[in-house]
Amino acid sequence: MEENKIPVFKKVESIVFSILSPNMIKKMGSAKIVTPELYDKEGYPVDGGLMDARLGVIDPGLKCKTCGSKLKECVGHFGYISLARPVIHIKFISVIYDLLRCTCRECGRILIPKNKIEKYINELEKRDIEYGPEERRVKIKEIIQSLKTVNKCPYCKGRQQKITLEKPTTFLENEKRISPIEIRTRLEKISDEDCEVLGLDPKAVRPEWMVLTILPIPPVTMRPSITLESGERSEDDLTHKLGDIVRINQRLFENINAGAPEIIIEDLWDLLQYHVTTFFDNNIAQLPPARHRSGNPLKTITERIKSKEGRIRHNLAGKRTNFSARTVISPDIMLDLNEVGVPKLMAMKLTIPERVNEWNMEYLKGFIERGPNNYPGANYIARPDGKRKKITGETREQLLEEIQVGYVIERHLIDGDIAIFNRQPSLHRMSMMCHKVRVLPGKTLRINPAVAHPYNADYDGDEMNLHIPQTEEARAEAEILMMVQTQLISPRYGLSIIGAIQDAISGNYLLTKEGRYQRKEAVDLLLSAGITDFSKLSKKEFVSGKEIFSVLMPPDFNFTGKSKFGEEVIIKNGKLISGVIDSANIGGGKGFMLRNIHKKYGEEKAIEIIGRIFRLGAVVLLKRGFTIGISDADLPQEAINKINETLTKAKKDVEELIKGYHDGILQAFPGRTLKETLELKILELLNKARNETGEIVSDYSNKETHMMIMADSGARGNLLNLAQMAACVGQQAMRGKRIDKGYNERTLSCFKKGDLGPAAHGFIADGFKKGLNPREFFFASMTGRDSLMDTALRTPKSGYLYRRLANALQDLKVEYDNTVRDSSRKIIQFDYGEDRIDVSKSDGGIVDVKNIINSIK
Amino acid sequence: MNKLFKKYEGKIPLKVINDLKENMPKNMSEAKLKRILEKTLIEYNNMLVQPGESVGLVAAESIGEPGTQMTLNTFHFAGVAEMNVTMGLPRIIEILDGRKTIKTPMMEIYLKKPYNQGKNIKRIALSIKETKLNEIVSEFVINIAESKIEIVFNENKMKSLGLEYPVIQKSIKASFKELALSKKGNAIILKLNEKEKEINQLFKIKEKIKDIYIQGVKSVTHILPVKKGSEFLIVTAGTNLKKVLELDFVDKTRTISNNLFEITNVLGIEAARQAIINEVFKVIQNQGLNVDIRHLMLVADTMCATGSIKGVTRYGVVKEKSSVLAKASFETPLKHIFNASLVGEVDHLNSVVENVMLNQPVPVGTGLPGLVTKVKRS
Repeated sequence: MEENKIPVFKKVESIVFSILSPNMIKKMGSAKIVTPELYDKEGYPVDGGLMDARLGVIDPGLKCKTCGSKLKECVGHFGYISLARPVIHIKFISVIYDLLRCTCRECGRILIPKNKIEKYINELEKRDIEYGPEERRVKIKEIIQSLKTVNKCPYCKGRQQKITLEKPTTFLENEKRISPIEIRTRLEKISDEDCEVLGLDPKAVRPEWMVLTILPIPPVTMRPSITLESGERSEDDLTHKLGDIVRINQRLFENINAGAPEIIIEDLWDLLQYHVTTFFDNNIAQLPPARHRSGNPLKTITERIKSKEGRIRHNLAGKRTNFSARTVISPDIMLDLNEVGVPKLMAMKLTIPERVNEWNMEYLKGFIERGPNNYPGANYIARPDGKRKKITGETREQLLEEIQVGYVIERHLIDGDIAIFNRQPSLHRMSMMCHKVRVLPGKTLRINPAVAHPYNADYDGDEMNLHIPQTEEARAEAEILMMVQTQLISPRYGLSIIGAIQDAISGNYLLTKEGRYQRKEAVDLLLSAGITDFSKLSKKEFVSGKEIFSVLMPPDFNFTGKSKFGEEVIIKNGKLISGVIDSANIGGGKGFMLRNIHKKYGEEKAIEIIGRIFRLGAVVLLKRGFTIGISDADLPQEAINKINETLTKAKKDVEELIKGYHDGILQAFPGRTLKETLELKILELLNKARNETGEIVSDYSNKETHMMIMADSGARGNLLNLAQMAACVGQQAMRGKRIDKGYNERTLSCFKKGDLGPAAHGFIADGFKKGLNPREFFFASMTGRDSLMDTALRTPKSGYLYRRLANALQDLKVEYDNTVRDSSRKIIQFDYGEDRIDVSKSDGGIVDVKNIINSIK
Repeated sequence: MNKLFKKYEGKIPLKVINDLKENMPKNMSEAKLKRILEKTLIEYNNMLVQPGESVGLVAAESIGEPGTQMTLNTFHFAGVAEMNVTMGLPRIIEILDGRKTIKTPMMEIYLKKPYNQGKNIKRIALSIKETKLNEIVSEFVINIAESKIEIVFNENKMKSLGLEYPVIQKSIKASFKELALSKKGNAIILKLNEKEKEINQLFKIKEKIKDIYIQGVKSVTHILPVKKGSEFLIVTAGTNLKKVLELDFVDKTRTISNNLFEITNVLGIEAARQAIINEVFKVIQNQGLNVDIRHLMLVADTMCATGSIKGVTRYGVVKEKSSVLAKASFETPLKHIFNASLVGEVDHLNSVVENVMLNQPVPVGTGLPGLVTKVKRS
């Protein structure tokens, strides 16, 4: 598409903001609008109407009368209306107010004596240079404030009257109204030099331009009408508003020409003011908003620009793209970490432009031959002059002959193409990573579960987006900077975020702990994990799990580390000599073994090995079978007795405490009341009891259960979860305290008033397996609801914080001199982070000196 | 050995060198040390940031992303109900907003050597706490007939605070010059002037007397002696760093408040920067999250770059931006555009959003360098 054109590199250097002068409006206007009518009987735009053909085209087929271009080529042209009487621009009302009060009503000079003006100007200039325009604005405000009380002009000695603003748009002088005409003449009298002191740049603005005598009409392309199914036209809100303005303006003209009484003219004038005001902003506090006939307020210019759905944040700072796709994701361990499985259906719609040259001619012709309906085919070809042609059954033969060097063919996505994959909310840069395409049957996008973590994805219906970069530059940049393997280490804390998870961890744990396989089986496992070289595997009939795992390691890899339970893990020359592999070594975060592999062999090798480890783990589980059941939480009778004992004892202890409290024996902790002391002590006791039950569970529960295997390997869950299922859920706490809400002096109506016992304040003595009784369930629901609320309230808050931070810091970058500067080149830091270390290249934010010392032999 | 280290100073950050020294096993041979240093230098150089790296955005992401995982709750400090500590997300928002008044102002007062051993710690603490008359009074007796107020004191409390009657009399006198004072037993009697002999007045004065400041540091409302390691320190609710640092038993080098503006005023902007880093880091660690300190430094530096604390809001850091469009894309777009139009402001498109708006490459990262090639003349 774009590639066919000779690139024209134009760059916008800068954008200047100023106010349009009446002259300018007239000059840039291509049509003078005089009639509120839109279309004539035939349905063509009326000349001098709001849909005048000179303002641009919105109908397909028509040509613009001003520039001669067709729809989508013509950007539209402004028109103008001459207002019968001047009208104040609502957005400048406060500026006008300040100007009126700070200048003489007779001679138009600023109310500052001549000798002081210079001083002020110097001061302003100094501030502008030293602190920037914002500080200058502050000073100007001070000056204006000081001038409000001056009541005698230092030049013509004229007395000043008190001017007040009756919102929204009426100015009063001594309770008498000043007409916009009068205001305009006063503003005209202000000299350019005085403007400067009042904070206006005379080159950009003349104060009288803030009172409109001529109103620019936005082009029709900016307010297109929609044709309804019934053939009726529905006009844009802005057109409606402009229609009102033109109509009233015409009436005002007629009445003035006819010499109508002053009152009628004033009324119409006010009405014109109202319409112009609401044209700019339909949300002025004192004005009733202009409405549709249906009653909903019109969306005029201010509303179009403002807020999240406004032009700036919605259309300018955020863009939409073509060549993207979105659907549900699902896991596939057979994919590499940096691959994404794309359904064939998508691959046939998403295309990549490839330019024809002598060498790929035959190859690309193959795509055309297969056409859009056979994979892998092509959908379009584009000639060097930019003309695009669709490939269909009929055109295929002809296009095949037409093809020449320099043509571009938009071919289907094939394996190995570059794609950017993304999941919202895109909170960090790992939320958008580059993957290689793997076209697969099926209808979902697929990723290796190991990369779900950086995306924060799961497969309960999550959808993700896929983008296909269309230029060589974009592809190269994506591949070099955004590929999954380049994002292994989080820039947040400098540790790896991609590692084995869940099944992969428990699988490898089982393999390296107890595994013993026939060599045949081992080969089978390894083959499933994607390994074809078995030379590392010993020729014995039976091989251990450790030996199988060692096959994945590079032959010269040496590593000593600790497993989750402090056991030593030793890998010598690529052989796992002792220790089991669990989450401490192959998991994300602190997975030290992976970290060392990454460092020694580079990122490519690292993700390859992670992928293999992952597959091996999953395959081991597949062969072995892995499931959990309720019986996993079974405990021997002895343990149950012990748990009951602990709980009864705790209950008794608490009762004793309460008794002590009531009898006044309990001693208060310093600085706390008696009640608080009691609460603290009870909480401590109950927590201790729960922990004890946890210990009993861990002592007595069967280590062979899959639940325990998961907990021990660090794949999922922990002992606490198991204890909650098997023994006792424990104290439900809200805001660090026992539950203390509900009825008068009690939490639920089934308790006695003033009951301070464990059960009455949310202690759940049962486990999930046994089941909760109704009141326990109620308490559990309370804390559950509390945490739901917390999440619901937190998300928007943290989202806003994030947006603010991103907005404030987005243009800080490291310069070539290693300083950190903002967009105005102000220095923020002399050395980034004081030592210039890039966290995403560091070892957890530091240079790992221990490792270096150990590595030097 | 030290000579060798010296050689690498300046090439490797001091902190890394110190780390090396600390972890170095004894009797290390010179040659081996040299190899270690050489390797450290190589590793360090591999870790350097590249020019153009968009460090700001990375910092924003690194703080914003864990924000979704923080809790909203405030915690009671050591279980004392009155002494809440704002923690979690609200505290981070509070700091980054640059709020002048914070929800739970606190101080950690470290004491000098003999005082920090725990002897009389309660006494010292109480002397810091702001005491008002009301707290040591057991009863007010109003005598309407004679228009007298009798203030009966709780002498136990007075003793624990180390207060004597003359001090109290003096402070009452200082705030109510027109009253006649007399002492009787454990009470002080106030008599109104003839002129103001109205009952209303009597009650008004009684209410006012309650708030008379007796001793301690103003605005310190609660105190709590805490043992930390081997020494005692005093945690307070309510801050007044300036006055506390004037006390002679206070360790001025470590005593700190959590009110950033107070720190700026008393200790200067550099201290405030460090305080921002410390406070945010404390919250993040408290939540069990892991964020590198460099990101916090960058945020703190941006907030303090102008010499005063600017919050990350539309009134603070964002307002300082040079680009009109960048400001407009944040909040209140029209205000910024109209203000810009009045002075004919020029946007030079130096930062990110403006260029996104115009579909141009952004001047960070790979967008920063330009390529220059020599064109072959044919």
